Amino acid sequence: MSWLTPTMRDLLLEALWETALMVGISAAIAVVIGLPIALLLHVTAREGLSPRVWINRPLGLLVNAARSTPFIILMVAIIPFTRLVAGTSIGTAAAIVPLALAATAFLARLFENALHEVDKGVIEAARAMGATRLQIVTKVLVPEALPGLIAATTVSLVSLVGFSAMAGAVGGGGLGDLGIRFGYQRFMPEVMASVVLILILLVQGLQSFGDWLVRRVSHR
Amino acid sequence: MPDLPPPILSPASTALHMGAAMRDLSPAYETTAAIHLDGLTRRFAAGGTLALDGVSLDVAPGEIFGIVGRSGAGKSTLIRCVNLLERPDAGRIAVFGQDLLALDEPALRAARRGIGMVFQHFNLHTRRTVSENIAFPLEIAGLSRAEIRARVAEILPLVGLEAKRDAWPAQLSGGQKQRVGIARALASRPKILLCDEATSALDPETTAEILELIRGLRDRLELTVLLITHEMGVVKAICDQVAVMEAGRIIEQGRVFDVFTRPDQPTTRRFVAEVIGHSVPPSTIARLPPPRAEEIRRLAQVVFAGPHSTRAVVSEASRDFGIDINIVSGRVDEIAGEPFGVMALAAYGPAAAVEAGFAWMRGLGLTVTEIEA
Repeated sequence: MSWLTPTMRDLLLEALWETALMVGISAAIAVVIGLPIALLLHVTAREGLSPRVWINRPLGLLVNAARSTPFIILMVAIIPFTRLVAGTSIGTAAAIVPLALAATAFLARLFENALHEVDKGVIEAARAMGATRLQIVTKVLVPEALPGLIAATTVSLVSLVGFSAMAGAVGGGGLGDLGIRFGYQRFMPEVMASVVLILILLVQGLQSFGDWLVRRVSHR
Repeated sequence: MPDLPPPILSPASTALHMGAAMRDLSPAYETTAAIHLDGLTRRFAAGGTLALDGVSLDVAPGEIFGIVGRSGAGKSTLIRCVNLLERPDAGRIAVFGQDLLALDEPALRAARRGIGMVFQHFNLHTRRTVSENIAFPLEIAGLSRAEIRARVAEILPLVGLEAKRDAWPAQLSGGQKQRVGIARALASRPKILLCDEATSALDPETTAEILELIRGLRDRLELTVLLITHEMGVVKAICDQVAVMEAGRIIEQGRVFDVFTRPDQPTTRRFVAEVIGHSVPPSTIARLPPPRAEEIRRLAQVVFAGPHSTRAVVSEASRDFGIDINIVSGRVDEIAGEPFGVMALAAYGPAAAVEAGFAWMRGLGLTVTEIEA
């Protein structure tokens, strides 16, 4: 372990912190913005509670466009927007903007799927009992979909860990960036190995926590 | 009934839950029926077949009315029209005299609270406990927590679920889940209960329990029940009236006892046969001896109902008409509290004597249907 100098250790810790920051903040933004988008997509769908093709179609296209753009390209392509939002186009804060955008699109689609999985019968029962559309969304759709929503969030957290490795391209730092700069460019395989190990543990931890939470909230 | 009854506020409409009378600006019907359906038509796809083809129906207050039919007959569409989960393309729907199709959204939601519905797959909220499921219709109606708690405590014993109040639906058996479904449907004190294949996912024993529960609740709460089923056994067990549906139409309708003992349409006969075993297996028929020379053999199914169900019809016919009668099968059953017998007979003798014997039986009021041999 001679390579693990205090400097190296600090570098690893700092990178871990940057990764956590990028993943955590962009995931939080993605949940907050992605859920309303998913609800809108779900509710306005042809078989939805309030079919509105003129909302559903363009919104679906927008979500797909964001999802189909490779992240590394998206990151560069939206630099003007990033500068507007974060005030800068480089650094961790600047990396969070494209990460949040990509995660929002990704999560909106996953959330929509989770909402789609809700038993149509329960919704029908609520309609038969005289529930309003808003009550159906807040008291049936979202609560019933909660396990699925949590599972989707877990998946997107894991994906975000992967995306955040590319944040180095805009000086965002993080574990992936450290691995590339030290492990690859400075020929330090042990740094690369520890980065990979930390990432594996991080992903495992996130997945296990997510699974545990899903088990806790679902009563199937 | 005239085509366009004058808008008279019938006394029944004031009985509808949640102040229907107050906001009753819709044309009401002069009808004594709890549920009045008139000429309902529904086509799902343009150019497709009609799911409902001009269905008219009246359900009297306090009645348990069964609609029976194969899948695809349109019965599910029909029951879903009664609370407008499905909107007909044409026709009229009146519940206690209130014209549902004339209501705006808020009024329709209020009207729906007066119509409980129970589903084949229970449709419970998986993340709400038994109590919370029953509380749901009260929550959305805006009742206070205290009111909800009191009402839930009142309903739980009605369906025998006090011990399960905090259980999750996943921990319940099918029968218990349907009890929760029934409790939830009745939470807002509706006067109408719609049962959409409510027992079709249950085993026979549980089915009997749930049907008994529904009948008991009808008596206690003075409910009007409309149920759809593909099982004639359900109709036999609790219904007062029955309608048989086929291809979007009602092909036969009447008191359950009458329809069971004197089914008119072939489809009805097949349904009835499921429950009371009217049919004779071909292998049994094949084993019957052939008629002697100069004689004929006639197979007939005879339904004994009413005053002659205790008379020695077979031996009288045999003696008075000089025919031999072989009883192929027979049983005595009870429908809607009335006894009746059904028998398959093979009669042998000269053609004229056999015909005369059957005619005499018909004259007694028995239903004699010849079976193809």
